[in-house]
Amino acid sequence: MPAAGFILEKIKQGEALKKAFEINRAEITDIIKDSGLKGRGGAGFPTGLKMYLCGAAADTVKYVVCNADEGEPGTFKDRVILETIPEKVFEGMTITAYVIGSREGIVYLRGEYAYLKSELENVLKEMRKNNMLGENILGKGFSFDIRIALGAGAYVCGEETALIESLEGKRGEAKNKPPFPVSSGLFGHPTLVSNVETFCNIPHIVDKGSLWFKNMGSGKSTGTKLISVSGDVKKPGVYEITFGMKVKDLLKLAGAEETKAVDIGGASGIIIPELQFEREISFEDIPTGGSIIVFDKTRKMADIMENFMEFFLDESCGQCTPCREGTKYFVDAVEKIKNRKITEQDLKNLRDISDCMKITSKCGLGQASTNAFISILDNFKDELLS
Amino acid sequence: MDIHINGKKYKAVQGETILEVAVKNGIKIPTLCYHSDLCLAGNCRICVVDVDGAKTLQASCTAMASNGMKIWTNTPKVIKARKMNIQLLLGSHFGECYTCPRNSNCELLKLAEEHGIEELPFPKKSKRTRELEITPSLTRDPDKCIMCGRCVRTCEELQGVHAVKPIGRSNDVRIETFFGQGLMHTSCTMCGQCINRCPTGALYETSCIQPVWDALADPDKYVVVQTAPAVRAALGEEFGMEPGTRVTGKMVAALRKLGFNKIFDTQFTADLTIIEEGTEFLTRLKRTLVGKEKGLLPMTTSCSPGWVKYIEHFYPDLLTHVSTCKSPQQMFGPLAKTYFAEKEGINPSKMLTVSIMPCVAKKYEADRPEMNASGYKDVDYVLTTRELAKMMKTAGLDLKDMPVEEYDNPFGISTGAAVIFGATGGVMEAALRTVYEIVTGREVPFKNLDITPVRGMEDVKEAEITIEGVTAEYKFLEGAKVRVAVAHSLGAAKKVMDKVKSGEADYHFIEIMACPGGCLGGGGQPIPTSPEIRKARARAIYEEDESMAIRKSHDNPAIKKLYEDFLEKPNSHKAHELLHTHYLKRKRFDKVK
Repeated sequence: MPAAGFILEKIKQGEALKKAFEINRAEITDIIKDSGLKGRGGAGFPTGLKMYLCGAAADTVKYVVCNADEGEPGTFKDRVILETIPEKVFEGMTITAYVIGSREGIVYLRGEYAYLKSELENVLKEMRKNNMLGENILGKGFSFDIRIALGAGAYVCGEETALIESLEGKRGEAKNKPPFPVSSGLFGHPTLVSNVETFCNIPHIVDKGSLWFKNMGSGKSTGTKLISVSGDVKKPGVYEITFGMKVKDLLKLAGAEETKAVDIGGASGIIIPELQFEREISFEDIPTGGSIIVFDKTRKMADIMENFMEFFLDESCGQCTPCREGTKYFVDAVEKIKNRKITEQDLKNLRDISDCMKITSKCGLGQASTNAFISILDNFKDELLS
Repeated sequence: MDIHINGKKYKAVQGETILEVAVKNGIKIPTLCYHSDLCLAGNCRICVVDVDGAKTLQASCTAMASNGMKIWTNTPKVIKARKMNIQLLLGSHFGECYTCPRNSNCELLKLAEEHGIEELPFPKKSKRTRELEITPSLTRDPDKCIMCGRCVRTCEELQGVHAVKPIGRSNDVRIETFFGQGLMHTSCTMCGQCINRCPTGALYETSCIQPVWDALADPDKYVVVQTAPAVRAALGEEFGMEPGTRVTGKMVAALRKLGFNKIFDTQFTADLTIIEEGTEFLTRLKRTLVGKEKGLLPMTTSCSPGWVKYIEHFYPDLLTHVSTCKSPQQMFGPLAKTYFAEKEGINPSKMLTVSIMPCVAKKYEADRPEMNASGYKDVDYVLTTRELAKMMKTAGLDLKDMPVEEYDNPFGISTGAAVIFGATGGVMEAALRTVYEIVTGREVPFKNLDITPVRGMEDVKEAEITIEGVTAEYKFLEGAKVRVAVAHSLGAAKKVMDKVKSGEADYHFIEIMACPGGCLGGGGQPIPTSPEIRKARARAIYEEDESMAIRKSHDNPAIKKLYEDFLEKPNSHKAHELLHTHYLKRKRFDKVK
């Protein structure tokens, strides 16, 4: 399947925005709903529905927040977007703001991307000069502006409620949901939080219509997806694929050889063996926020396990019991696996802890943090336990 | 709307949590980080329940009930997950239960027992990893902390003090003070409300039990004890009695059995406080109304050491508003070591004063360097209600079995006005009973002397009394409307003080107690605490007031004699030397070293 290729292309700035101003707000929401666009950060919540909910919330103050906290190990596609076509993200945010009735947008930029801040601010300045942002945009009576806020390096702040806490100047910790941000988010006001790539799709869909968009992809996974490919490949980088692409085809594109395992979805994702390379990248089969890490036959699975579990031991916010207390046992277990000292009873206990973490952790971080361990254990049992 | 719990239909109201609906209908769901006084956290994941259609289990304390919801509270899946979370907590909890001050009253231990936890599937924390932090009032044991966050929420929401926060991440997360400098370098008010809400032994009072035993055993020492009003309304709870059981006489008997030389009552100096503070208030009124001086009104009370430390940190520019009267505890100390010692011919250097307080801030207060008006440390040791109960248990004394005995004279004589110091609004009510009568020669115009507008558990209460028919001396007050406010908990204090600071408030007199419910909800009181328990204790306090023969401080014969024999008159030079104090301007936190 060929790369579709529109996300990273430049567009004529303001065209989609002008078009949006000519359509009424409800209609834009319907177009986005109809397109089937889902959040590109990984969770895959329908963007049109989010717009509708936030638009319907009764408040005079609303926020549009662009989640640029790209913290998932192995993903760097948002960085590429922000380096190459930031104005498209900002235009997507502006259209969204117009639809839901917001005057203020914030880009929550990953702390490690601080070096991008001044360039992004230049782009915002230029857009203000061209009346694409600020007061009375394009003379249409709609005002909206965007500022950049820096994260401080916590992985959990990619989770939208923790991100909002961080934006409020508090410790980044996930909050109880409901209320969801669309009804009560930043400073208690309705807030639409979406991923960088999601915002990039919006100008295209407004410009070309939902049918155009729906024609790409497979089943309920419409459109394309940017994938950050790294690891044991000849051509690492950002690939734009249409949903439904098989893992093995992507490996071929990236020049992977002697591949032993592929991590899809980063530290929170799953690790699949060769037997499963026929599987598809889509919301229905293997969803991903965009991280693909390829491991060839020289890699030891226990090392990969260790890397991911140490990551979570570092990144759990420590708020809820299962995530705070559970993770360390997995780090200890890797050590035991490496020393061939793990017992059947240990593995049973670990699965019990993992089950508990999955179903009782307060946010997605803890619910997903044993994915890598368990999928490696299931898929590479012989290597680990022999 | 209707929801289903374990297959049965129940009514629920919009905005109710699953837990609230369950509790209302007598369905028990185990909880840990949840506390009826605090906002919802949903951290511990013990109260999880299965909700049809939800991918994950839901924390019932935070999940809202919605129409048609089907909830299962005890499925094998739920019980297994709950049990695992308890085990995970136990795994990192330094559980040396046999030496823990909370070993008979630990919520974690109780959960473990209820869930039949006999072993842990992983090695348990067996060594200490952090040091104890010991302040004059409270001790923190971070190795026993299970990160429920109740102390943080107490300090933030209830008290508005923000002395502690979580720092670090993952299993390294811990509750810390600003830059880890320790509570004594922050705005911690030593109120100890965190202790009352801590589910484990991670927070407790810094004990004075041993030095008190030593003093009692020392034939060379003359040990007198004073008991605060609120203790008698709560001590019974430590012995399995219902909250709100009055145990005054039994407590006196127990103290006598413990070997104290004299059993005195802080209520005696509570009455004295009313005379001193009431007189000070009238002076401030006169200087303001007649002398047109500024910065004297509103006058605030000064009985609550947590409140005093709070205003020193948070409103240092308003310290002139705080009554210069020492708290009843600190009035008692110097009087015992001067007046009483002289009268009885006891060498004050051999006298030790112990107080039984519902409070842990009192420990800090007794240690304040200025509290040595007698030439000695005025109050040597402060024991909480809980510590007294422990000493009694050590000595094999069960409160239930104690006879009813009387306090010793002269500091055992008190009035109903002094009892109500233990409840929010009580100091105000006692002061009004006296001040009104001083000014008009008549009793306060409230039925049975009950000034009900200042009673009750509302966080800020306001009242107004018009003064009419004054005596010649108080002509300047004829027709004056005296406006008063009462606040309990430091969060409520903030509401009132912000208004004072902005000039919006037109109060003349404000009573502030650091703890919810007043002293009866103090940081040294039996654990647990809840709005219901505090209401029961308040009921006991007001019943005690009703039962007293004398109900106005100025009618206390022992107080009259004290002035005749020793102090001359209210606010005299001698009274100022012994019974009044000054305050310190403090910062929110010390400079980071």
